[in-house]
Amino acid sequence: MNEVNEKSGAFEYLTTRKDELVGWARKFSIFPYPFVTACCAMEFMSVSSTMYDTDRFGAALPRFSPRQSDLLMVVGTITHKQAPILKKVYEQMCEPKWVMAFGVCASSGGFYRNYAALQGIDKIIPVDVYIPGCPPRPESVIDGIMQLQDKIANASHPIVNEKF
Amino acid sequence: MSQGLLERLRERLDGDGREPVFAHGLLAVQLPREALLDTVKLLKDEFGFDMFLDVTAVDWPKREPRFDVVHHFYSTHDHVRVRLKMAVTEADPVVDSLVDHYGSAHFMERECHDMFGIAFRGNADLRPILLYEGFEGHPLRKDYPKELEQPLVRYRE
Repeated sequence: MNEVNEKSGAFEYLTTRKDELVGWARKFSIFPYPFVTACCAMEFMSVSSTMYDTDRFGAALPRFSPRQSDLLMVVGTITHKQAPILKKVYEQMCEPKWVMAFGVCASSGGFYRNYAALQGIDKIIPVDVYIPGCPPRPESVIDGIMQLQDKIANASHPIVNEKF
Repeated sequence: MSQGLLERLRERLDGDGREPVFAHGLLAVQLPREALLDTVKLLKDEFGFDMFLDVTAVDWPKREPRFDVVHHFYSTHDHVRVRLKMAVTEADPVVDSLVDHYGSAHFMERECHDMFGIAFRGNADLRPILLYEGFEGHPLRKDYPKELEQPLVRYRE
């Protein structure tokens, strides 16, 4: 068909598995929704700006509507009063979606063990990756994003799933 | 300069069951709760304490009466502070509200009601402000179980 390609013997087609192709595409286009409630936000700003630059992982552009995002980053302490809002935000996100617990407070309640603080967001929504630290170093956040990318790349990506 | 004002105030407040003493650079006055409104009026109108800083409470679980209700006032003109302390019982934790004198008392009294269950006579709106509707108990009382959770969202599993 194309004379140039015929002569050079270049690729016109390649074979792959659907899950690998979709996983590869998805892992480099993580649109995060930052649900920021506390001081971890400072570290979130640091990791998303030039010095550490999450754009290298395709995870730079925050969407300010949960309906347009793939990754819910829960950054900071969640109180019992805040929990219904977080749950609603999670439910508004479209499949496929992932959740990152950013810092100890979101992961386990951290040092808040009292009437007010939710003891980890996994009590109310499923979490894919936990990042420890108070606050976490930007390197830990990047490590968390890379672990999430591995998880996405190795997951099955059904075109139609049971929730669709 | 301001020490003179506090000294005059201390002399003026002495008596009627009130015990003014100097503590940590401010004037601390122990008083019966019936004397609160009169004292506040005097502070505001005669001595120029125009700013209501906070109202909170202290829980002494083994003491009778159990609670101290603590008010703080500040004079933006003379830059001095006054603390008023009143003891109230667990059975009748009521003091008079200051909403007629200081608008900011509305929110601060709601918070004190949330956390300690102190009622303020005259404050018509004591809905929860930091807590949520349906929260039972008063979390800053010493007998509130410190790990008791009252979640609004049902937990998974």
